[in-house]
Amino acid sequence: MTDALHLVLVIEDEPGMRAVLRATLEASGYRVTEAESLARGEFEARNRRPDVILLDLGLPDGDGGQLIRKIRQWSPVPIIVLSARTMEEQKVLALDGGADDYVTKPFATSELLARVRAVARRGAHSDASLPVIRIGEFSIDLGRRRTARSDATELHLTPIEYRLLECLARRAGSIVTREQLLREVWGPDRVDDTRGLRVFLKRLRDKLEPDPHRPRFLQTETGNGYRLQLEPSAA
Amino acid sequence: MQDSTRPDPDQLLADLNDADSRARRGKLRIFFGAAAGVGKTYSMLEAARSARQSGTEVVIGYVQPHGRQETERLMVGLEALPTLPVRYRDIVLQEFDLDAALARHPAVLLVDEYAHSNPIEGDPPPRHAKRWQDIEELLGAGISVWTTVNVQHLEGLNDLVAGITGVRQQETIPDGVFEQADEVELIDLPAEDLLSRLRAGKIYLPTQAGRALENFFNPSNLTALRELALRKTADRVDASMRTLGEGSARARPWLARERLIVAPGPDAQAEQLVRAGKRLADGLDAEWTVVYVETPRLLRLSEMERNRRIAVLRLAEALGAETVTLDGPSAAEALLEYAHTRNVNRIVVGRPKRLGWRAWLRPSTVTALVRHAGSIDVLVISSHVQPAVAAPPNARAAAVVRNARPVRWSRYFSAVGTTLLCTAIAWVVSMAYPSLALANLVMIYLLGAAIAGLRFGRGPAVLACVANVAAFDFFFVPPVLTFAVSDLQYVVTFAVMLIIALVLSNLMVSIRLQNRIAGHRERRTAALYAMSRELSHIRGATNMAQTAARHVSEVFSCEAMVLLPDADGRLQYTEGTVSRPGSTWRADLSVAEWVFHHGNPAGLGTDTLAGSDALYLPVTGSKRLLGVLTVHPQNLRRILLPEQRHLLETFTGQLALALERAALAQEAESARVAAETESLRNSLLSSISHDLRTPLAVISGASSTLADNVQLEPKIRVQLARSIHEHARAMSDLVSDVLDLMRLETGAVQLRLDEYDLDELIGSVLHRHAEALRGHPVTLRLPPDLPPVQLDGPLISQVLGNLLDNAVRYTPPGTQIWLTAAVDEGHMTVLVDDNGPGLPPGDPERLFEKFQRGQTESAVVGVGLGLAICRAIVRAHGGEITARNRPEGGARFEFSLPLTGQPAAAGSGGIRT
Repeated sequence: MTDALHLVLVIEDEPGMRAVLRATLEASGYRVTEAESLARGEFEARNRRPDVILLDLGLPDGDGGQLIRKIRQWSPVPIIVLSARTMEEQKVLALDGGADDYVTKPFATSELLARVRAVARRGAHSDASLPVIRIGEFSIDLGRRRTARSDATELHLTPIEYRLLECLARRAGSIVTREQLLREVWGPDRVDDTRGLRVFLKRLRDKLEPDPHRPRFLQTETGNGYRLQLEPSAA
Repeated sequence: MQDSTRPDPDQLLADLNDADSRARRGKLRIFFGAAAGVGKTYSMLEAARSARQSGTEVVIGYVQPHGRQETERLMVGLEALPTLPVRYRDIVLQEFDLDAALARHPAVLLVDEYAHSNPIEGDPPPRHAKRWQDIEELLGAGISVWTTVNVQHLEGLNDLVAGITGVRQQETIPDGVFEQADEVELIDLPAEDLLSRLRAGKIYLPTQAGRALENFFNPSNLTALRELALRKTADRVDASMRTLGEGSARARPWLARERLIVAPGPDAQAEQLVRAGKRLADGLDAEWTVVYVETPRLLRLSEMERNRRIAVLRLAEALGAETVTLDGPSAAEALLEYAHTRNVNRIVVGRPKRLGWRAWLRPSTVTALVRHAGSIDVLVISSHVQPAVAAPPNARAAAVVRNARPVRWSRYFSAVGTTLLCTAIAWVVSMAYPSLALANLVMIYLLGAAIAGLRFGRGPAVLACVANVAAFDFFFVPPVLTFAVSDLQYVVTFAVMLIIALVLSNLMVSIRLQNRIAGHRERRTAALYAMSRELSHIRGATNMAQTAARHVSEVFSCEAMVLLPDADGRLQYTEGTVSRPGSTWRADLSVAEWVFHHGNPAGLGTDTLAGSDALYLPVTGSKRLLGVLTVHPQNLRRILLPEQRHLLETFTGQLALALERAALAQEAESARVAAETESLRNSLLSSISHDLRTPLAVISGASSTLADNVQLEPKIRVQLARSIHEHARAMSDLVSDVLDLMRLETGAVQLRLDEYDLDELIGSVLHRHAEALRGHPVTLRLPPDLPPVQLDGPLISQVLGNLLDNAVRYTPPGTQIWLTAAVDEGHMTVLVDDNGPGLPPGDPERLFEKFQRGQTESAVVGVGLGLAICRAIVRAHGGEITARNRPEGGARFEFSLPLTGQPAAAGSGGIRT
């Protein structure tokens, strides 16, 4: 269903879980390669050059966060973290360390596939210049910083709002942590100002969302960060 | 006398406990001899060899062969612990290594020379001053000890031996430890044989003590010592016979047991008197008490005499006596009163020293005792020893002796001032009434003398008396302003005046001292009362320890600290129990640990680790040791005097009572919690096992059908797979809920408070639960200006999600849900309302209990943990959650959180565009 059969590397120590993931992904048209440890995972990642990596955080030979940092030194390949509910802190660390998204076990396969699809598509366009995105009735040209409504009236966004939107859009469908947003939009010395971040997101929602109290596009992942959902989720 | 012969059950129980602790204790076997050279060490080694042959583990802890070849030969082949080199002044001594012995822990350990004194000032310093204390510790650790001792080393026989041989032994052991020995083996050798062994050079004599010791070894001395040793052994056999007889049937009524008290005076005979009392008590198998009476006279004693009193009381305690200090104006009265209340039948006193006319003028205590004794026998022990001051127990106590009270010269000046004042008043009076007889002026001076006695003490009062007579003579007796006397009758006046003044002032001094004693006593009682009252309404061991340390430090003017054991039984400094803020003094934990494990006092003024700068007392409860009280005195006297020690021990007892009460309360509390947890766990288990089995049955049934029937219709396959999926999810939810609840309730969850916008939080929850909420329209009622709030975002999201799930699960599709939020002064309130069927009848509070469902045994899947989790989270935030029916129909769940330390207003953040 997607271009040229994406290759997914599954790094997971539980054989049953590997079998389920392989079956699910192959049924959706992906090619799958497996690794049962961090060391094997790193080897596979270097040699097979996968398009997406699914990484279980609790592996027998170490912390998955280390592998993320290693891979990020040489590759922007999208990484989705598989985590148990009790691993909240490791999850946040993994996201800040460069993971693109997470799925909490146990998960519905539909949810997993949606996440894989989102990061795989983005990985394919990663070198593309700033896109034009559609949010509800707005189309926003991030490159030219121009916003248009379907009824052709113009909407005004401030430069900060543009940068925020741009930052989320570059990784649309994935989580962007608060720290990443603050660092990229305001610079490294403002990473604690979560209140300011919330204020600007609220303004963006007020301008873009049809019902700002129930955002469909600019979603909050409580405790972790934000996600720009360009195609409304299955729900 | 049927009753008195029946064994007392409490006594039997105590005997059993006693026997139990004896069983764990090591056995002490003493090889006992009359003099050096009778072959005690030799016999001990022989016995050790044969014991080893029969398979007992015997180790030599310390044996000094003194260069005797026979002894050395016996030592070959027996395991021996290395000795501990101890530097003492300029030499290195080889000493017994207590810690090595405790670590080796053999079944039987041989330690020679029971009465040996360890070098207190050696390096490393010994744990105990005496070897017999080392051996006590070994026995306490369950190691059996064999040792050797000569008869002259027994404390109770010390003066007798000195009387026989003329040599006073410095190294002694308390009679108590000798009597508690499990086995005493007398090594007997006739005097002639011993002397021939001496002549043959088989007996080691230290060269430096040559002559004295050679004098010691003469036939008459040796025969007397041998007799003493034989008699002591016979006494022991007799005593153990008696114990056996008693054990089989406690036939002796309590009245039959003799009680005697020993009342030593302040003189040098006291020590001899105590030893005599000990022998008498042993002979009569009597309980004995050494009683001191604090009379006003006693308070006037010299420092040396007062310290002798301390030493004598210590000696008495070492010999196994109970010691008591009474007070009263007359020693005889106080003694007799005490004797009557305690059913004492004998009083042992020393021979009076006042003889001749002085005895006639003021009868001695002995005379008064005999006169009023009634049915009590008074035994007068004659004085025959050379005055020998009992050696103070250690160097520090000796330092107390020298710490004399300075003469207060100001009081003497004041006394002279009294005389001047009297003279001035008499002058004015005699000027005003020239016809007044001189006798009236004498009265003024007598008054002055009485006041001087009351205010300034004995010396100044005497000075005032003499000065009064002189001033009276000089200023008023003609010829005036000379000391000459014209009329001889004035000499009589002077004499009578002086005598009356002296008697009067003396009386006043006595009253003053009595008052002082009463004052001391009252302060002690008041201090004790104050502490026990305060302890009675304090909770928690640490608080009690702090309070006790404060009181002890106030009463004894010292720094005090109470060390309590932690969960592992190791002593810890308790925060805040150092009584003096800013003090740099710290208790020595290693000493405290020793005290805590052995239950004996140590440190300053004791025989264990006497080099320490503080006194360590065990706080002993009825079943176990509760802690250690450490006292670092500023004035040694305040804790070394026996009365003060007893008072300190009373304080410790009060603290022990309080701590024990605290421990019992805590035990009761944890027992209650344990019982509750247990019943909770039971209901949890039964409920979970039901709710887990149901989906498991579906999953295993459906999956096995899928696996076994390959030709199933695709429609049925999908149905089965869906069913598996649904039930697996329900199970997964349940497991997560149980885990969440457990983590919340055990306190494993730490709130991670952060700033959140409530509407953003609600928005994300609605998005996450969008699928579940599909059939239930949700209306939001949020004020536009909700300020950001401090809370744990993911947890509060879970509360909101659970409440929404709940509303969906227990209402029919199409039911309207309202979500309302409000923030006012210090509170955040959220309402989740619906217009469904409402809450089930009964107490809504019940819904928040674990495993409560609105309708019992409904078809709805999942145990009722959701609301219990909500309550746990809300309570962790310090808030409250309630449920009730809305008057217009439907249910309302409401929770509110307190907002502490909230930012004043929203939007004041630092980011500007």
